[in-house]
Amino acid sequence: MVEFTLWDILRNLLFAARWTVLLSLIAFVGGSLVGLLLLIARLSTHQLLGRAVAAYVQLFQGTPLLMQLFLAYFGMAMLGAQTSVWTAATLALTLYSSAFLTEIWHGCVLSISRGQWEAGQALALGFIEQLRHIILPQAGRIAVAPTVGFLVQVVKGTALTSVIGFVELTKAGTMITNATFKPFVVYSSVALLYFLICYPISAYARSLERKLDAR
Amino acid sequence: MAVELDFAAVLSQWPLLLLGVAWTVGLTAISASLGVLLGIVCAWVASQGPRWLRPLVASYVELIRNTPFIVQLFFIFFGLPAAGVRLSPEWASVIAMVINLGAYSAEIVRAGIQATPKGHIEAAASLALSRMQSFIFVVLPPSLQRVWPALVSQIIIVMLGSAVCGQISTPELSFAGNLIQSRNFRAFESYIVITVLYLALSMGARLLLNRLGARVFPGAHRG
Repeated sequence: MVEFTLWDILRNLLFAARWTVLLSLIAFVGGSLVGLLLLIARLSTHQLLGRAVAAYVQLFQGTPLLMQLFLAYFGMAMLGAQTSVWTAATLALTLYSSAFLTEIWHGCVLSISRGQWEAGQALALGFIEQLRHIILPQAGRIAVAPTVGFLVQVVKGTALTSVIGFVELTKAGTMITNATFKPFVVYSSVALLYFLICYPISAYARSLERKLDAR
Repeated sequence: MAVELDFAAVLSQWPLLLLGVAWTVGLTAISASLGVLLGIVCAWVASQGPRWLRPLVASYVELIRNTPFIVQLFFIFFGLPAAGVRLSPEWASVIAMVINLGAYSAEIVRAGIQATPKGHIEAAASLALSRMQSFIFVVLPPSLQRVWPALVSQIIIVMLGSAVCGQISTPELSFAGNLIQSRNFRAFESYIVITVLYLALSMGARLLLNRLGARVFPGAHRG
């Protein structure tokens, strides 16, 4: 029988960890773009649009990410699309991230006083101009810390894609366990790698928060 | 291509769905109570407990908050037996959920404790309350009241996260979905029904817990 050393296990996990990182980045960037559009829709004077975005947020925050992944996976298959776990995983995680990010940013925008909008109006700026030149620069400063903090949640969320068969860190852990019969060592290493990815981001988010508080 | 949805095939399995809902609610209720309790103990240690325990609690909180729940669950269910601790899927799920919620609620409760006005603690001391009495009767209740909305959100996050427990064959709601779709091959419909049930559960839980908060902490501005 082949003996697996700790280094063999770690090496293979590290290899898979890059997919965790890549998927996280794609979902985070995609979620930011969609989230920004949703934010604009929610802030617009269009009542129905705002309510639709609120419902969208509630839908994604009120259901398990695992179910969202399943629905993306089986839903796309049903519509006859070529389903790959890659597309299902990116689609679900992007939508999931967009819902959370738009909610976070909406809170930040709400914390900017009404007078700022009115000042923009008084200067005859349009809605998008007010947003672009007056509101978002101020709200953005408050938003950075919770946004970075949310990135941790995205990284952890990618672990669920292992269930639909996406080979990232967690799935690699399961596969290596099946080959080595060393679940204790393997899952400890998996956890350690997630920690090494997430902890610096958490710590950075916290330092940003402190800096903002100090101001 | 025409897509036909057949929800009747899923809804006819309502006893399974009901059982799944019962398990999810049960798991959440148990782990919410124990998890918040664990969080309070950890928050106590972090704010005024024995100094030597603090780094331990801090590492626990950071370790849990920076790793995915599914990995924690797999470690407990698949990893621990190698160390001689064999758990049923149900127990592994409860333990994982308690440990997970404990870490998050420790942070939340600690934030509430930090916002305690100094005067309250001094008042308690001048009434000759011991440090423990002061913590339990003076510091803790308003702290919990302050952070109750955040605790409610976290409990709901843990409930939604428990969908993963079906992967180790705990018979909760998402497991029911897996079972149903393996019987009738209606995967999409099954998961739609399950997702809608989760949505209803999370909305119901929020309503219930907010009510509970308003009752337990009278005078709370908004639960």
